[in-house]
Amino acid sequence: MASLKEMRNQIASVKATQKITKAMQMVAAAKLRRSQEAAQNARPYATRMASVIANLAAGVNGPGAPRLLVGTGQDRRHLIVVATSDRGLAGGFNSSIVRAARERIASLIAQGKDVKLITVGKKARDQLRRGFDDKIVLSFEAGANPSLATAQEIGGKVLELFEAGEIDVVTLFYSRFKSVVQQIPTAKQLIPAEVAQGAAPIDLRGAIYDYEPDEETILETLLPRNITVQVLSALLENQAGFFAAQMAAMDNATRNAGDMITAYTIKMNRTRQAQITKELIEIISGAEAL
Amino acid sequence: MAEKLHFSLVSPEREVFAGDVDQVDAPGSEGDFGVLAGHAPFMTALREGFVTVHDGDRLHRFELQGGFADVSPLGLTILAEQVRDVEI
Repeated sequence: MASLKEMRNQIASVKATQKITKAMQMVAAAKLRRSQEAAQNARPYATRMASVIANLAAGVNGPGAPRLLVGTGQDRRHLIVVATSDRGLAGGFNSSIVRAARERIASLIAQGKDVKLITVGKKARDQLRRGFDDKIVLSFEAGANPSLATAQEIGGKVLELFEAGEIDVVTLFYSRFKSVVQQIPTAKQLIPAEVAQGAAPIDLRGAIYDYEPDEETILETLLPRNITVQVLSALLENQAGFFAAQMAAMDNATRNAGDMITAYTIKMNRTRQAQITKELIEIISGAEAL
Repeated sequence: MAEKLHFSLVSPEREVFAGDVDQVDAPGSEGDFGVLAGHAPFMTALREGFVTVHDGDRLHRFELQGGFADVSPLGLTILAEQVRDVEI
């Protein structure tokens, strides 16, 4: 059995860990509020953009339609963008995104398709390097705060690859922030653009939309921006989801540490009492022997 | 006072302006234009320039680095990438 001193040290060490996890939980909670706000602020732009594109896409069809909207007509070369956070200690947050991406990659390879990867966030790179190292073409860091500049950089690279004719389909993997307790690993298709279905068209009261210069020119400038916006909103949702997951993970860790401290304390007290009893018996039997 | 126009100016990071105003002037790719309440629906690309919002006697001005304007019966929406508030 461990000595009393060893047990005391153990309790002290668990207590120190508990303090750290508690602090991390509170930091994550504070950051969660901010990043949740940022994700919410970005939503109007993304939804308006989606509705404008849906509106336009309905009218543009045929061979002249932009390739970003209708694709290259092929489905052979896939680019997968996997976005996670830079840091861990957030339960299964990063792993679940990577797992979803891995499943997709494996099934694409099984179908004989060509797969390229772009990773955003250190965790995505570290986890995907095992097994798919040769497929990773580029790696970005997620950074402390997702900004438009980061999203533009990533979106720009995706467009560059597409314009160069190296890829046909682009899918983005990230975690959708559903609520503080629920983050859902999600795959979003960037190219060909996913057009929002079921959105009720705006009642024009009989009027007809006028386009300046024309629908296709507008679409052609709108679609590349849309990719940047989708990437930005994914990064923001990831950020919020990450802090939520970290908060939950740290809350668990704090609670586990508390349980451990209780268990160790009981064990320590029992040992101490056993020792006292033993000493008493020794003293009494020693006195009796005199 | 005539009917008001619902105007919202959104950037990817946040909604910069939202409210009912009298008139908005914007730099369209094919020329500047002004929008009043009840404007016919149209959509245009914007070039770099200034958006001026008229609300009674007050004026707001924003500087844009290009974007999109969408006029529908619901009002005017401008999607702009970089928006800067300008003092008048």
